[in-house]
Amino acid sequence: MSEWIDACAVDDVEEEDLIRFDHEGRTFAIYRSHENAFYATDGLCTHEHVHLADGLVMDHIIECPKHNGRFDYRSGEARGAPACVKLKTYPVQVKSDRVLIDIA
Amino acid sequence: MSGASGMIIIGAGECGVRAAFALREEGYGGPVTLIGAEPHLPYERPPLSKGAAAGAQKIIAGESRYDEAGITLRRATRVERIEANRRQVALSDGTTHAYDKLLIATGAQARRFPGMEAARTLRSLDDAEAILAAFRPGARLAVVGGGFIGLELAATARERHVDVTVIEAADRLMARIVPAALAAMFEARHRAEGVALLLSATVASVGEEGVVLADGRHVEADLVVAGVGAAPDTQLAEQAGLAVGDGILVDHRLQTADASIFAAGDCCNFPYRGGRVRLESWRCAQDQGTHAARAMLGADEAFSRTPWFWSDQYDLGLQVAGLPDPARPFIRRDLAGGALILFQLGDDGALLSASGAGPGNAVAKQISIAEKMIQRAVPVSAGQLADTGTNLKSLLKG
Ligand SMILES: Cc1cc2nc3c(=O)[nH]c(=O)nc-3n(C[C@H](O)[C@H](O)[C@H](O)COP(=O)(O)OP(=O)(O)OC[C@H]3O[C@@H](n4cnc5c(N)ncnc54)[C@H](O)[C@@H]3O)c2cc1C
Ligand code: FES
Repeated sequence: MSEWIDACAVDDVEEEDLIRFDHEGRTFAIYRSHENAFYATDGLCTHEHVHLADGLVMDHIIECPKHNGRFDYRSGEARGAPACVKLKTYPVQVKSDRVLIDIA
Repeated sequence: MSGASGMIIIGAGECGVRAAFALREEGYGGPVTLIGAEPHLPYERPPLSKGAAAGAQKIIAGESRYDEAGITLRRATRVERIEANRRQVALSDGTTHAYDKLLIATGAQARRFPGMEAARTLRSLDDAEAILAAFRPGARLAVVGGGFIGLELAATARERHVDVTVIEAADRLMARIVPAALAAMFEARHRAEGVALLLSATVASVGEEGVVLADGRHVEADLVVAGVGAAPDTQLAEQAGLAVGDGILVDHRLQTADASIFAAGDCCNFPYRGGRVRLESWRCAQDQGTHAARAMLGADEAFSRTPWFWSDQYDLGLQVAGLPDPARPFIRRDLAGGALILFQLGDDGALLSASGAGPGNAVAKQISIAEKMIQRAVPVSAGQLADTGTNLKSLLKG
């Protein structure tokens, strides 16, 4: 079962950046890559409960703002200590300038 | 002699653990033995002093991950001696073990100055458990030293309604690395939270009743903790005849003068930008652990990762990239919400250091960009650094 929800407008996210999106007590991160593709992951780092939205996006890597743990936001794979547990990712589609994510 | 030779790592802290896993990530298939004096599963030290979770154990990796990686972890076991001429180590359980390559990652130990013998210190989980157990509302804590660990502990104590006095010999806090303007932010916050800060105050003695200052004043306390820095654990290296300055001296690859022995993390003193430094930094310990593992397998690259450090006090976050030079001017960049970054330029016209503080993770993104600019020696002007209209990330992208 999918559960698509409207997360934000395309223009809410700058290129090669991310924003935080909260929904019904859950928190997500919505990314726009330098190639203008959209992705979504859990909003909190897997090392400690820190919002990734304050972190830096370079290419396909999100760097956690707290201790620099790194993840590939397309697959959620951990790419640098102290991050070692994968980030959960969510399917994304863009429909008439809105970014939708499947949080099921 | 017992046991097959392979890679032996002394010290199961942040650096040693990272090195052990990195040996496997690099494809090494021989025996990897990680020997740690502490009885606990290796844990992270930074949380010990910080906030709500202070004193709780946050392990670096679960036990199964060592098994899966084929890493033999010997806990509560001390290396007593390095017998370099035989390429073996002697352990506290009476056994000896041969190595092909040895990594010394023994870290550092909390210091105490004369007169402070009766004070507690905070370096290990056991230290933290003993200190945090005394944090009851209304208890009186005296912290000797206004450095990171003492101040983090002071903040944690205030959050638990403990009365806190911090005694610092210098005329300001965190004088060793943090620029004055940022230290002032923390000073104001500690005072606002009700911490009694005694600056330019020297300790004469610590006793049952608390602290006696050199000027005769008494600070009554139920618990006294000294946070006056840490000394590198170089004893094994010295006994083995390796060169030791402030830390075990290593070259650009983190190798000692003995080609089979490497040293990394808080215990080592390494070349950095034409000089030598020893850092007490969690990320440096990780980076050097990874680097040392590669070097042990023969890689020739120089360790050159830019230093990066953080501290958390209350909801204020501090981050420093590069090594600030007190003799150079600071370039100020004010961010929204009271956050502030202070940059320094080197003689080469590239960034030398960036220090920032603000609520939560307000400075993280900019410090992370700055760190990469320092690493890659990206040319930048003082005007660009000061102007919040200049997008630093675009400079990085060139
Ligand atoms: C309370 C606290 C808060 C901190 N906060 C921060 C922070 O916010 N940011 C930051 O960047 N850094 C922080 N640090 C510093 C950081 O924790 C250290 O830089 C890091 O732990 C260094 O790792 P290491 O592996 O080199 O040494 P250590 O972590 O000290 O590990 C060395 C290990 O070797 C063992 N050992 C020593 N001799 C022997 C022997 N002969 N045989 C067997 N084992 C031996 C020791 O028991 C120890 O377990 C903090 C440190 C403390 C104590
Ligand atoms: S909280 Fe993200 S790396 Fe530590």
